[in-house]
Amino acid sequence: MAQALNAALRDSLRADPDVLVFGEDVGALGGVFRITDGLAAEFGEQRCFDSPLAEAGIVGTAVGMAMYGLRPVVEMQFDAFAYPAFEQITSHVAKLRNRTRGKIELPMVIRIPYGGGIGGVEHHSDSSEAYYTHTPGLTVVSPATPADGYSMLQEAITASDPVVFLEPKRRYWTKAEVELPAVTEPMRRAVVRRAGTDVTLLAYGPMVTTAMEAAEAARAEEGREVEVVDLRSLSPLDADTVCASVRKTGRAVVVHEAPVFGGYGAEVAATISQRCFHYLEAPVARVGGFDIPYPSPKLEEHHLPHTGRVLDAIADLQWEEDR
Amino acid sequence: MTATELNPQQLLPGGTPIRLVDESGTPVEGAGFGLPTSDVLLGLHRSMVIGRRFDRQATALTKQGRLAVYPSSSGQEACQVGAVHAVGSRDWLFPTYRDSVALVTHGVPPVEVLELLRGGRHCGYDPYRYRAGPQCTPLATNALHAVGLAHAARLRGDDAAALVFVGDGATSEGDAHEAFNFAAVWGAPVVFFVQNNQWAISVPLAKQSKAPTLAHKAVGYGMPGHHVDGNDAAAVYAVTARALSEARAGNGPSLVEGTTYRMDAHTNADDATRYRPGDEVRAWHERDPLDRLTALLRESGLLDETSTAAVDEEAEGLAADVRAQLGTDVHIDPDELFAHVYAEPTAGLREQANLLAEELASEQKEV
Ligand SMILES: Cc1ncc(C[n+]2csc(CCOP(=O)(O)OP(=O)(O)O)c2C)c(N)n1
Repeated sequence: MAQALNAALRDSLRADPDVLVFGEDVGALGGVFRITDGLAAEFGEQRCFDSPLAEAGIVGTAVGMAMYGLRPVVEMQFDAFAYPAFEQITSHVAKLRNRTRGKIELPMVIRIPYGGGIGGVEHHSDSSEAYYTHTPGLTVVSPATPADGYSMLQEAITASDPVVFLEPKRRYWTKAEVELPAVTEPMRRAVVRRAGTDVTLLAYGPMVTTAMEAAEAARAEEGREVEVVDLRSLSPLDADTVCASVRKTGRAVVVHEAPVFGGYGAEVAATISQRCFHYLEAPVARVGGFDIPYPSPKLEEHHLPHTGRVLDAIADLQWEEDR
Repeated sequence: MTATELNPQQLLPGGTPIRLVDESGTPVEGAGFGLPTSDVLLGLHRSMVIGRRFDRQATALTKQGRLAVYPSSSGQEACQVGAVHAVGSRDWLFPTYRDSVALVTHGVPPVEVLELLRGGRHCGYDPYRYRAGPQCTPLATNALHAVGLAHAARLRGDDAAALVFVGDGATSEGDAHEAFNFAAVWGAPVVFFVQNNQWAISVPLAKQSKAPTLAHKAVGYGMPGHHVDGNDAAAVYAVTARALSEARAGNGPSLVEGTTYRMDAHTNADDATRYRPGDEVRAWHERDPLDRLTALLRESGLLDETSTAAVDEEAEGLAADVRAQLGTDVHIDPDELFAHVYAEPTAGLREQANLLAEELASEQKEV
């Protein structure tokens, strides 16, 4: 996926002279995850460069650049290191269109490697999506596959609204045969990754792989046909695709790494309850991290949702045989 | 004194970094600072030898997969040791991820220092016991904590000060500037020690700041800035000791910039050859802070073969101990996940702890 994201940035820089990439260590180093590898060499210091070390500064100046018509793509080095930029993101990036009655448009992308599973010490593994999805005015997306990494990032860069682009860092090294330029489904649409009839798993970013594995295991172990929906866009939520699947299966489990309490899964569950109530055979279940600060590497395996927990949640969905 | 009464000239750092010992180990005239006493110099030497050995051991353990990550401070020993030796028994230290050697020097057991980087717990030591904040990763955020704590000490009538480390890159963060300003406005007894190791991961100082030196930044906030040769442990000690005693005496905060160099990559996960020239690294080898102090002590007869060997042996002992303790796996009870989220675990957390315990018990049965 890292290479696909890199290719998307490269192709976007080629296609539009207004696109520029900046942040911490994105120049000569190519980013700590090498997502911007080679861009400074190919496009020069004007279009891909290291800024001073300050996230509020990075996002705040990107706002000014976007106001002037450029399309900045900025990198926050890790999820928890985007917090100094929170004020710029929530008070300005999200609101400038609204505050100026549509006069100011901010075509900018804030790329954030997020989530755990890489053995990072504290502040390197947060799932911060709910802070952003709770902020009207932001488009929040997260690719789960290399092809989506390429296609969604390109689309985010051409969008007229600001996009928080959450990259599942533990999936950076996921490999797939992808013909570039890849064009996948539109960025704001959810996608059915695996068809099934008994239950719908709803996941995004790093947990899509986990959901797919759980679906395989559920078939092998229980003979259940599990449908997996990759949400892709968290805000807006593609409720039509979600509800079409749940109406078909009658059962739903939302899976994410973030703590369950107040997490994004609550929004999905509420939407399903409201729109599919009469189709549901059981309450919508949520599988996520515990309600704790992200733990140290030696304990993260116990915190992160794994297939076993997804299977347990599926097993608890009031199946006929249990009644 | 009000800001308008301050004479900016008095706050400005001198034209060249303060230095008491030159690169060959010869004492030089040092801008109003005298060479520390023999005891202090020997203490600095001992801590630097131990610190370097500790750092090498931690790096080796990381290669063996015993630590999750290690940001080496090789080359920065004069800053970390020199500044920490100036810390008084009631003062507090606010370190970053880079400052493991500073913590060891401060008296925190090495294994407790490495607990964070080993990936066990977020902080291995008791901050109150050692008067040291947890090693801080979100850059410059610790600077504000230091200001608050130092100010609180004053409100309580205690003559304690705080020493906080920040990197050159971290001085670009908004929190650094807010901390400088709060400290100056409140007259808080805090010393900001900027370890300018020239690089913030791959970004050189030239892209970080256009100030003549980072010490100059202090002046704009109304506090003195001192620029010191950060590879001269004697100078670092002398300047920091005076800054801390001024702070304790109620004369307000100051900023000390130590010019030094990060000899290793940012961490074991980094490849420094991608962004910095080998010539530059080699040039800094010539300015090694430990060699410099050793040369001074040998020249002045304070250190001989026997005492050198004794210090080396002590350092080897410490390294062996670290190896032994980190060479074995520790089991951390998964229940610790829920232990310190709140003073009292919530009902929800108790339920989650039970769920995990059940899950682990059933896995146990399966195997
Ligand atoms: C708020 C924040 N942003 C980004 C990072 C990621 N990061 C960790 S260390 C580092 C470079 C810091 O450089 P400097 O302050 O010079 O200290 P050094 O590592 O050289 O000791 C960066 C960008 C972070 N830890 N915190």
